[in-house]
Amino acid sequence: MDYRFETPADVSTRLRDVDYLSDEAIAGVVFLADRLGKPILVEGPAGTGKTQLAKSVAEILGARLIRLQCYEGLDESKALYEWNYKKQLLRIQAERNSDSSWEDIETDIFSDEFLLTRPLLEAILAEDPVVLLIDEVDRVEVETEALLLEILSDYQVSIPELGTISARQIPMVFLTSNNTRELSEALKRRCLFLHIDYPDMEREKEIVLTRIPEITDSLADQIARIVRSIRQLELKKSPSVSETLDWARTLLLLGVDSVTEADAIETLNILLKYQSDITKASKELQGDSGAKRPGVPRTS
Amino acid sequence: MLELLSGFIVELRAAGLPVSLTENLDAMEAITHIPIENRDAFKYALAATLVKNNTHWRAFETVFEVYFSLRGSEYSLGGGGDDLPEITEDDEAPMNPDAGGAGAGGAGEAMSPEQMAEMLFQAMRNGDDGLMRALARQAVTRFAGMEPGRPVGGTYYLYRTLRNLDLDGVLERLMEEAQEQSPSPLTQLEERLERDEFESRIDRMKKEIEAEIRRRLVADRGVEAMAKTLRKPLPEDVDFMHANREELVGLRKAMYPLTRKLAVRLARKRRHGRKGPLDFRATVRQSLSYGGVPADPRFRYPRPSKPEIFVVADISGSVAAFARFTLQLVYAMSGQFSRVRSFVFIDGIDEVTRFFEGVEDISVAIHRVNTEADVVWVDGHSDYGHAFEVFWEKYGREVGPKTTVLILGDARNNYHASQSWVIKEMSKKARHVYWLNPEPKAYWDTGDSIVSDYGAHTDGVFECRNLRQLEKFVDILE
Repeated sequence: MDYRFETPADVSTRLRDVDYLSDEAIAGVVFLADRLGKPILVEGPAGTGKTQLAKSVAEILGARLIRLQCYEGLDESKALYEWNYKKQLLRIQAERNSDSSWEDIETDIFSDEFLLTRPLLEAILAEDPVVLLIDEVDRVEVETEALLLEILSDYQVSIPELGTISARQIPMVFLTSNNTRELSEALKRRCLFLHIDYPDMEREKEIVLTRIPEITDSLADQIARIVRSIRQLELKKSPSVSETLDWARTLLLLGVDSVTEADAIETLNILLKYQSDITKASKELQGDSGAKRPGVPRTS
Repeated sequence: MLELLSGFIVELRAAGLPVSLTENLDAMEAITHIPIENRDAFKYALAATLVKNNTHWRAFETVFEVYFSLRGSEYSLGGGGDDLPEITEDDEAPMNPDAGGAGAGGAGEAMSPEQMAEMLFQAMRNGDDGLMRALARQAVTRFAGMEPGRPVGGTYYLYRTLRNLDLDGVLERLMEEAQEQSPSPLTQLEERLERDEFESRIDRMKKEIEAEIRRRLVADRGVEAMAKTLRKPLPEDVDFMHANREELVGLRKAMYPLTRKLAVRLARKRRHGRKGPLDFRATVRQSLSYGGVPADPRFRYPRPSKPEIFVVADISGSVAAFARFTLQLVYAMSGQFSRVRSFVFIDGIDEVTRFFEGVEDISVAIHRVNTEADVVWVDGHSDYGHAFEVFWEKYGREVGPKTTVLILGDARNNYHASQSWVIKEMSKKARHVYWLNPEPKAYWDTGDSIVSDYGAHTDGVFECRNLRQLEKFVDILE
């Protein structure tokens, strides 16, 4: 089998070409997933580019992205496959007057023609290169997780009436999780694990620079620094990378080239989504905590 | 190499990480695909296959550093240490060291302390990684006073080194200089940003020093011994009663998903637990597609019952550490459920729900509980009997069939009357009564502990000393 990537560095440069800035861990794990033919379980806080990673990998491979959005109550008929009852009924009705035997009809109505493929089966059946994204897998119940196990370890689906369908090629599979609950051991064992955290300051600055080409270097630097400071506070919800980008765009639209306290506080509601967080952060930025940190004398 | 890796995995398991056989094999296969001289890629390959939980990352990193750190003659504590560093590796660790800092480290031998402080200042100001690494090496050689075979922990050496470097002083100097150099006086915001930047650099320096000390200790004592001394409990195994400050911070982070899980679990039970009554209209509508045969009966959604939770917690001295944790749990829960009422007691009891409502800062809430709640009746020694009696008198009416009562405490009653009839009455009226005990099971019912007096009337008494046990409790909770 041909490998998709040469080295981890290759992954990283090609991801960069589609404006996704990876780090060592991301590139390394994507590379390994390709080599070992294993799915990747991506975990991390919301808005750190977990889903975007799958999209970007699909883009560089020129592959079709098949997405299964998980939710509570997801079941087989929505994830794997379903028989098209109505069409089957029609078929039986149509046969009523002819003299074909029941066996004929039975083999007929349980054939590909009457099978509605859902994302997982679609990924298995695909002839063209695909990337399968199983989004927010932690939202399904533990029992439903078992649905995924067969496809993740052997890349096959068993349909009682048709037998086992094996994948024609091993697709890249990404599972994302926001860690609202512990996933089962069985699922974790089958996957490579990748934790994506908030990027460090340098990487965040680069992300801002690549995603928003019009921005100046000094503004991006300042934005990244302020966001880092805000993340250090104990907040209900720390600003995510996407929120940083939104904020950068806003500042750009407002024609700000150097963020002052007033600018920062006025536009803080783009970065933070809870009123209590906004109050806390603006207090911090205004330097109310200065009293608690003695030392540097103000020379004003 | 294989041998080293299997030793590494044995150590991971000893540290408490669940590494299965398949994961072990995956790791072996993974490293065949990775260029071995790339240490970072090697690390991530192992991490991706062996560590499946982010809270275990720190434990993994420590073991990794011990097993696959740079080892060579320049780290030995004997004579070789002061020579010009020449990178040599033994067979076990075929990693290429980052050659950046090597030259500068050699040049630093003849420096006076003042020169060294100056260099440190420069390195911090410019954020020069290579220089920082070299300085860390220098500082450890100079200040830590490490001797072969000396039976002291790494923290001792770390303390000695840091005391001599005076990093706080460096920080102040950096800030002063930043003030002077900027054309206009720094605004609060700029000042803060500068400070954060320098602090992060100093943090990096501390990490370098720590790594340096660890490398030398490994060279001195051998891998297994070192790994054993560095072994720390995973966050979910940390004992609430004996957690140190740093572990408590970790616990707090780990607790958040747990309360969410608790909320999700209760919510789900509500939605999927019991089918509601037959929905006649929907059933008839559905029967049309089967020619009027009601083959697929439809049910109404059950009316969700809102769970009501009463938390009754002992905050006396004997469970002080646990109590702090308990209050955090209460705080986290009151964010998830609309109807959580909390009570704290020592020998008197008081409702503290109001302190947690609309408070964003947990420490404020805890402070208010500790100072404002009226929990002392006579002498401030736990008296469960009296506290329960008063609870029943004041709030007993409000306990109903929807109420789940969680009692947290060690049931050390100082030989007062137990008044266990209160618990008995309570469990008759309430949906469930659970008791969480922070003491090891072996201590129950010893001395003045009368946990089984109360426990007999509850739906269960659970040992709850760490997050793992708490999680187990959440799993059975309905």
